[in-house]
Amino acid sequence: MNRFWSFLFLLVPIGGVACFVAAPYFNIWLPRDVSEHGRTIDSLFMFILYLTGAVFLVTEMVLFYFSWKYDANTNQEPVKFSHGSHALELVWTILPAVTLLFIAIYQMEAWAAAKMHPPVMDITCEVTGRQFNWDFRYPGPDNELYTEDDLVRTDGKLFLPVNEDVLLKITSADVLHSFFLPNLRIKQDVVPGMDQQMWFKSKKTGDFDIVCAELCGWGHYKMKGQVTFLPRPEYEAKLAAFGVEQNTMRVEVPEEE
Amino acid sequence: MSTVTSDTPIAHGEHGHTSSFLKTYVFSLDHKIIGMQFLFSTLIWFSIGGLLALGIRWQLAYPWRPMPILGNLLAANEGGQIAPENYTMLVTMHATVMIFFVIIPILAGAFGNFLIPLMIGADDMAVPVLNMLSYWFMWPAFALIGGSFFVEGGAAQGGWTSYPPLSVIREAAPGSFNGQTLWLMGVTFVGISSMMGSINYMTTIIQMRAPGMTMFRLPMTIWGMFITAILQAFALPVLTAAGFMQLADRVLGTGFFLAEGAMANNSEMASGGGQPLLWQHLFWFYSHPAVYIMILPAMGMVSDILSTFARKPLFGYKPMVYSISGIAGLGFIVWGHHMFVSGMNPMLGMTFMVSTMMIALPSAIKTFNWLGTLWGGKIQYTTPMLFAISFVSMFIIGGLSGVFMAATPVDIFIHDTYYIVAHFHYVLFCGTAMAVFGGIYYWFPKMFGRMMNDSWGKVHFTLTFVLMNCVFYPMHILGMQGFPRRLADPYHYETFKNLLPLNMFISWCAFILVGIQIIFVINFFGSMFFGPRSGRNPWKANGLEWQAPSPPGHCNFDFQPIIYRGPYEYGSPETQEDYYPQTQPPWEATKS
Repeated sequence: MNRFWSFLFLLVPIGGVACFVAAPYFNIWLPRDVSEHGRTIDSLFMFILYLTGAVFLVTEMVLFYFSWKYDANTNQEPVKFSHGSHALELVWTILPAVTLLFIAIYQMEAWAAAKMHPPVMDITCEVTGRQFNWDFRYPGPDNELYTEDDLVRTDGKLFLPVNEDVLLKITSADVLHSFFLPNLRIKQDVVPGMDQQMWFKSKKTGDFDIVCAELCGWGHYKMKGQVTFLPRPEYEAKLAAFGVEQNTMRVEVPEEE
Repeated sequence: MSTVTSDTPIAHGEHGHTSSFLKTYVFSLDHKIIGMQFLFSTLIWFSIGGLLALGIRWQLAYPWRPMPILGNLLAANEGGQIAPENYTMLVTMHATVMIFFVIIPILAGAFGNFLIPLMIGADDMAVPVLNMLSYWFMWPAFALIGGSFFVEGGAAQGGWTSYPPLSVIREAAPGSFNGQTLWLMGVTFVGISSMMGSINYMTTIIQMRAPGMTMFRLPMTIWGMFITAILQAFALPVLTAAGFMQLADRVLGTGFFLAEGAMANNSEMASGGGQPLLWQHLFWFYSHPAVYIMILPAMGMVSDILSTFARKPLFGYKPMVYSISGIAGLGFIVWGHHMFVSGMNPMLGMTFMVSTMMIALPSAIKTFNWLGTLWGGKIQYTTPMLFAISFVSMFIIGGLSGVFMAATPVDIFIHDTYYIVAHFHYVLFCGTAMAVFGGIYYWFPKMFGRMMNDSWGKVHFTLTFVLMNCVFYPMHILGMQGFPRRLADPYHYETFKNLLPLNMFISWCAFILVGIQIIFVINFFGSMFFGPRSGRNPWKANGLEWQAPSPPGHCNFDFQPIIYRGPYEYGSPETQEDYYPQTQPPWEATKS
């Protein structure tokens, strides 16, 4: 049984690293990223993963080494009667402080880009969360929301142009929801009574999940939507088709202020 | 610092000496009995909370399949199948029970009550009546929240954070019909209980220390309890006020947290004028400090156990004290990191990111000092020591994974995913719960005068340690994939389809993890009656509590304790023994 326990604690760094190394082989990792800004977020994630991973490995190995070396059953040295070390305390205060501050400052630009500087452009689409659906309202041919020619879609399918900045206005009709696009590294809670904006650019065409990421009631799990990115001509054709469909079906545009 | 004079035991002798069963064991004023009452109540709720978690795990492994055995309890009317509204109830109540009925009261209520007077050399708490009331005010909470499962609509379903409007609009969720009102009242009672405890702890620690027990001779456990009490005293009023505001929104028709025109499920239109985000600010202003309420006493207990079984002084006692004080101070200015994607002004996100990064610093200092404590010691691998070392090992993971969430751009992606679930379970289960287990194995002899079985303790430890890592570590990977929390069935999303096998693995580990806790239960109750007698100081520890009889009698000490040194003088050259009790006069030390 000698030193058995230290080897149990050695399993932590080994297993911890193994889990992250093995995950990609089971096809579990950050989901495919199609957005322009997603690379920044992913690389920041990886940066923190490597940094904390290194600290994790070093501290866990030190823990293993101490628990192995200073096992009372095998350690013949007398106990080191030490109450601490001022110099060491200084080192392990200042070093993490500088590192943490660096991480914080290093993130700021990406955060500002993602949340603080919307592109100057017309709103592409208004997104409204409601129990348990995502509704979309396109401004229509006049490029202005809340006019007669708005296109209202309630089937949970959002169509956006690829390779272009899009500016969404997002809000909620009832409770909190969160507009989460895993493949675009986008997440924003929607709050009733608050109009918010979010913007991104997709580099790829295709269909991607819209997930509700804030508990919104019993149907939270099925509040699923889909965003499709199309090249500009197909996108315009799609909206035109919606316009035709809406006019022939005589769907009334709900009054909203 | 003023210290208590020797007439204290007499002054407090009057509140006891009653013989009736009811007064001795039920409406007891004795801090030890009250501590036991807290311990047993919270352990019962711990098992209830664990069973609720199993419901969640079943649903994630076998969505919509009837749950065997437990399903009859959790979802009897659906034949064991967990309905979607039941699932949201399970996640809400699992968190509520674990936080408000287990972690907070087991640390402050059970260990705080039992240990504070014993460790500082007092005969009881400063205000024993208040102490008794702090336990009995838990019962309305138990009744209200326990009973809420059986009211129309079921227990609360708004998440343990109870974000409005979901929690305020009665039609928004079945659990918001009645359950949420009971939830709010229950949590208010927990708050009253904590508040009474906190006032008592502060007073006792400041006023009733034995002669010679200066503040810097207090064990870290007491420092943890002391700082926790201060945190509670300053943070709780905000939660209580916010709770009443939400209650008013629900029953009086006010609109503190409702935006104009908000409605759900054909409810009445809200009168409005309020702001849902206001609740989040108020709630997290309490609940972030509460995160430290749930870990600081555990850190203190781990420090004591580590030093005892490393047979070596605690490394950097004062830096440890300063860092928990730093955590407490910074703890009040980081609440916004729960709200990075809530719609809060992004500029604030920057500020909260910096303060949140900084709060990792005192935690890092503590971790390094724990490692320093192990360095050069003679480590005795007893069961409590194993739990304490595992706390350090797990806290490293829980601490480091927090850095991801603190980084705002990264948080955009991992917010409300299983990454955060992994993070706080590493801190609260793999951290605090392990410290609690360690604390029970460590102080059990003092509580009941008997030893727990060490071999079965080690079996319990090993299985728990391995299985909990199998349960919670892969959740990081789930979170990396963006797997959102609180989703009853995520597999119909393209992005999360492939995560079912991993979730099944996690669930099975969780089932076994909960199952093997029976080893602990049997060991606990068996040792209570049949364990070998421990004597006063079975671990050869320095702490003052180990000089009292086991279990301590009515006024704790059968002598007047006088304190000559701090609690961590193991291996001191002043004495031949490898320990040096706080009460041993220097002139009686056996010099080599």
